[in-house]
Amino acid sequence: MSKKVYKDYIKFFIVLLISLLYILPFIAVIINSFKTTNDIMANPLSLPTKFSISNYIKAAEKMTYLRGFLNTLIITFFSIGGIVVFSAMTAYLFVRKKWKLNRLVFSLMIASMIIPFQAIMIPLVKIYGTLNLLNNMWTLIYMYWGFGAAFAVFMYHGFIKGIPYELEEAAYVEGATEFQTFWKVVFPLLKPVTTTIVILDGLWIWNDFLLPSLILISAEKRTLQLSTFYFYGTYTADYGLAMAALILTITPIIVVYLILQKNIINGILKGAIK
Amino acid sequence: MKNKAKNAINYIIFAGITTMVFLTVVIIPFLYGVYLTLTDWNGIEATKKYVGIRNYISILNDSTFLYSFTLTLKYVFFSVLFINLIAFSLAYLLTSGIKGQNVFRIALFTPNLIGGIVLGFIWQFIFNNTLPYIGQKIGLGLISNSWLASPQKAFWALVIVTVWQYSGYMMMIYIAGLVGIPQDIIEASTIDGAGQLTRITRIILPLLAPSFTVSVFLSLQRSFMVYDLNLALTKGGPFRSTELVSMHVYSEAFLSQNYGSGQAKAIILFITVAIITSIQVYLSKKAEVEA
Repeated sequence: MSKKVYKDYIKFFIVLLISLLYILPFIAVIINSFKTTNDIMANPLSLPTKFSISNYIKAAEKMTYLRGFLNTLIITFFSIGGIVVFSAMTAYLFVRKKWKLNRLVFSLMIASMIIPFQAIMIPLVKIYGTLNLLNNMWTLIYMYWGFGAAFAVFMYHGFIKGIPYELEEAAYVEGATEFQTFWKVVFPLLKPVTTTIVILDGLWIWNDFLLPSLILISAEKRTLQLSTFYFYGTYTADYGLAMAALILTITPIIVVYLILQKNIINGILKGAIK
Repeated sequence: MKNKAKNAINYIIFAGITTMVFLTVVIIPFLYGVYLTLTDWNGIEATKKYVGIRNYISILNDSTFLYSFTLTLKYVFFSVLFINLIAFSLAYLLTSGIKGQNVFRIALFTPNLIGGIVLGFIWQFIFNNTLPYIGQKIGLGLISNSWLASPQKAFWALVIVTVWQYSGYMMMIYIAGLVGIPQDIIEASTIDGAGQLTRITRIILPLLAPSFTVSVFLSLQRSFMVYDLNLALTKGGPFRSTELVSMHVYSEAFLSQNYGSGQAKAIILFITVAIITSIQVYLSKKAEVEA
């Protein structure tokens, strides 16, 4: 018995040590975000001598933080909304109607999941550039619908297969259309998959860099990731400011994570098994 | 006939938008991209000449690409290996009932919440400032100069940050798998006298094969695609020594304006990833057993 307790302590300290390694880089950035560049250069490990948020105020102003935040929020919200609504309906049709066209499109989607974004980005920029659709948030949102569709349809497809048809029959008997039946009866049952898709796609779209950097050209359209990138490039010598900018960028997602961590961890665990 | 019209309307209502978006964002650009590799287009002029597979042949003589490609293979190999070793070990420790395991899971997952650009900048600061400071104070030569200034060490810096970024995510996949192993099998093996090591190698690992399939697949795919971390941490430097394929393709197309050959390189990347991941999934599916 005591041997097991002893072993558990060793395990505990190993995990504690590794977890600290995972967290320390963040701590280092937080500490230094309150310091002046000179203090950071002199000793990047020392605690701030006085607590001042002036770095934060200046960084938020210079990187037009609020605008970047709102842009990212709008893009993420409408991208996820579209992916969920359209993919759920599509998956439902594909499960319930075994038409040839449905099977063809579904297989095409599965196959497309191994295409890396790099193999699409050049023609994508060229095509949408020719059509004069670049530098537009809605073009970006439209593209996220396209890139998110395959995975979401695949996830919904797998889940809807397990829903007994009898539930829907009752609705049809009462005269509901297929559209109504889907939204009133089936969609509420899909909540677990929807949660997983919202979390996985939310993290992806909120943090994406390459696609927005290709589509959004003007400064006022930038997402948080883009503003951070350009800001950091400009103020790379002003460490205190740069550190504050990094913390500002990660704060929203950390706050959401701390509030919803149970749901997020569960969503990821579910997405992991698929 | 009436039925056919009804079906068509149904398709448009339920799958119309998805089909249109999917075709215009994924399929058409991909096919157009394959066509572009057969031309000499520079992206500006309206005319493009059909050049056959010349772009692909010239890649074979492009030493910067070949360097970048080999470097990527090396980077992917070490990243995938260490991500999965560490992720599995962490998952094993965090399902063994130690105190506070939920808090640890939350902490270890944190890097995955944050984009590669920010993670890259955070570690750039650690490698450029914090570690050299510690190294000079305690006289540890290995870290007293910035790792990002030397091509060899900058490569390992990339691997370290990648492993740090993804091992928490893959840990979740292994946790999901470990939790799904029926307890009675473990108990039965203990009664039969299996020690810890036998239990891991003979029972847990084979039953965990589906988790390995998924986790290795995802880590392969993600490390082949890496761009933002590469950009923020090393910018491909020093002297393009850490320029991974994704960044190479980007600069070839958008900075050097060689769309045809840039796209051909992207297609080579696609074929490589497709072949490697298919082999991996095939092999690990074969290794999967029923509980």
